[in-house]
Amino acid sequence: MIAVDVDACTGCALCLGSCPFGAISMVREKASVDREICTLCGACVEICPDGAISIKKADIISSEGKDVLIFAEQRGGELARVSLELLGVGRGLATDCGSTLHAFIIGENLQVVSEKLIHCGAQVVHPVDLPGLSDYRTSTYTQIACSIITRLRPGIVLFGATARGRDLAPRVAQRLNTGLTADCTELSIDPVEKILLQTRPTFGGNIMATIITPSRRPQMATVREGVMELPEPDVTLTGLVKPFAMETPLEGIHEFCEVIHEKRRAVTLGKAKIIVAGGRGVGSPQGFELLGQLADLLGGEVAGSRVAVEKQWIERERQVGQTGSAVAPDLYIACGISGSVQHRAGIKGARVVAAINTDPDAPIFHRANFGIVGDVREIIPLLIAALKS
Amino acid sequence: MKIIVCVKQVPDTNDVKTDVETGRIIREGVVSMVNPDDRHAMEEALRLRQKHGGSVIALSMGPMQAKNALMQMLAMGADEGYLLCDPLFAGSDTWATAYALGTCIQHLGLPDVILCGRQATDGDTAQVGPQLAEYLGIPQVTQVRAVVEHGAGFRVEAFMEEGYRVVKVAPPLLLTVSSECNQPRYPNMIQIVQAHRKKKVTVLSAADIGALAEFSGLNGSPTRVKRVFVPAPPPKGELFDGPPHEAVEAFIMKLKEYHLVPS
Ligand SMILES: Cc1cc2nc3c(=O)[nH]c(=O)nc-3n(C[C@H](O)[C@H](O)[C@H](O)COP(=O)(O)OP(=O)(O)OC[C@H]3O[C@@H](n4cnc5c(N)ncnc54)[C@H](O)[C@@H]3O)c2cc1C
Ligand SMILES: Nc1ncnc2c1ncn2[C@@H]1O[C@H](COP(=O)(O)O)[C@@H](O)[C@H]1O
Repeated sequence: MIAVDVDACTGCALCLGSCPFGAISMVREKASVDREICTLCGACVEICPDGAISIKKADIISSEGKDVLIFAEQRGGELARVSLELLGVGRGLATDCGSTLHAFIIGENLQVVSEKLIHCGAQVVHPVDLPGLSDYRTSTYTQIACSIITRLRPGIVLFGATARGRDLAPRVAQRLNTGLTADCTELSIDPVEKILLQTRPTFGGNIMATIITPSRRPQMATVREGVMELPEPDVTLTGLVKPFAMETPLEGIHEFCEVIHEKRRAVTLGKAKIIVAGGRGVGSPQGFELLGQLADLLGGEVAGSRVAVEKQWIERERQVGQTGSAVAPDLYIACGISGSVQHRAGIKGARVVAAINTDPDAPIFHRANFGIVGDVREIIPLLIAALKS
Repeated sequence: MKIIVCVKQVPDTNDVKTDVETGRIIREGVVSMVNPDDRHAMEEALRLRQKHGGSVIALSMGPMQAKNALMQMLAMGADEGYLLCDPLFAGSDTWATAYALGTCIQHLGLPDVILCGRQATDGDTAQVGPQLAEYLGIPQVTQVRAVVEHGAGFRVEAFMEEGYRVVKVAPPLLLTVSSECNQPRYPNMIQIVQAHRKKKVTVLSAADIGALAEFSGLNGSPTRVKRVFVPAPPPKGELFDGPPHEAVEAFIMKLKEYHLVPS
């Protein structure tokens, strides 16, 4: 809520000019803010010489804390890879804020994994180690996460955009009345304002958006696996393991769960060394059969863009990109794929990218190390023939 | 059984324009459709109604044109449509969307089951469902791929990296439905005509549901779009645009250079 202290306001009108949104007018020689236009950006608060304008936050948590906290996710006692990647970015953010990197983890028998978190950059680890906590439950995990955040008052909290993270983080953000930015591809600290800049691809085209959480705390974000760099574990790193004790009894658990491990049809895109991917330009299911032949020849996997999945030329599990898998092969061959920002978000980790496209100006060529300007229907058979001989 | 399905109208094309000033999307003039996952949510609602009786409400927050999305849901089989439409809600992030939808659901009366799509194709956050459940203080299961009856409640299968998990949960509850859950029905001409003739979409304003300005829209949103930008593209890679067989030869030379195929 923005408020003008009418007794303190001298009617100097400096704020009028400062407002980028034209939300302020003078009413009986006092500043008056149109709340429907105001975005609470704070420009008027800065400029007011009399301290007459204030933004009162409806937050539960004040913005004092600067520490960075990450949710370390265990699945059956194993740490999720994305949690370690979060430690990598988290450490950088903490350094830029002049603060400490914390991690919390919920489960059973967490000694070994706590050590591992320290070796990957956590300075303080808060294990919540209780019988019955190894299986994920929304209500219990939310309660624990909120307790830890309320006690530690971190400035930033990061979650992996996994099934669990995407279930938990929004629930926590809503309970704490703060913002949450999904699927960030870049996180950094604004050098002047010291707030978290959360950048994510958005709305078709090649557009990126930087999202901030200006006044509420903590600033929360999720990050997909494979987007950030995995830190090298360093066994000489030391840190504190501080078991976290819940002060309130765990909430009545109204969900009982059992995890069923399913051998899905072996789609191992994330681990594939070579991927041959196709998009709209491949044109047909038959076209994808050709890509399959090429992949087989190279000992790789086939994948597709969202368009190819929507056209049902290839299964959904094989979609690469922001809403599909993030992959990190040695070679990624993009056939008839334009290379939208959402698609490229999934191939950040690829060592070499090659592309085949009829349009020499297709954005994919900017990501590709090399490529052919040509028709996939003509080029792929030639490639197969040449590789066979 | 009372069921509410949250339905979002999303742009049909991938080339959506954004207002570079505010960072918000320009929805006018873009062909719109019902968010694909929300059709699956509606299908699941209709199946539940078939088994248990009761009613299905389709609820959307958005501009007036989102009425079309709700009409499609009525044609599919929903009993009533509600459109939450007010300039006050413009620019809502997921927190504020959950606030608005939640306040509206409290106004309409908490149903037994709330169904959302797993994720909307525009914002692509998958946050509104869980945030709405939290606002209403009810349990949630996200990324649901199957719903089975279980005593007084449900046995729900939900996607996880390891496979799936089985959750037993009793109403009131919220589920976010993924496309593996079912095959949505397509309404025929008669159903479309009947929907337009016999069913109605009620438009509600912020005042109608008692939503407060300080929690609504851009003003109530904890997040802000600071900047929207087109990243400068890195330089192009090496391109072979000669005759196909020559290009292929050069391509294979490159693969060898990078030690990707044996030379
Ligand atoms: C929120 C959101 C999330 C998204 N997530 C993803 C995601 O995870 N993954 C994803 O892939 N997309 C995603 N998209 C969609 C993305 O924006 C693009 O629409 C999509 O990647 C385009 O697929 P495409 O390259 O196959 O098709 P197009 O963009 O249509 O490109 C086809 C290309 O093929 C070329 N071509 C045509 N004919 C031939 C031929 N005969 N031979 C050779 N080349 C030919 C054309 O020149 C063109 O460059 C997302 C979009 C949104 C809004
Ligand atoms: N404006 C809205 N009106 C109704 N339902 C919505 C709205 N926004 C999101 N939802 C619901 O929340 C789900 C997830 O949306 P999102 O968090 O944007 O990915 C959608 O599939 C809808 O069911």
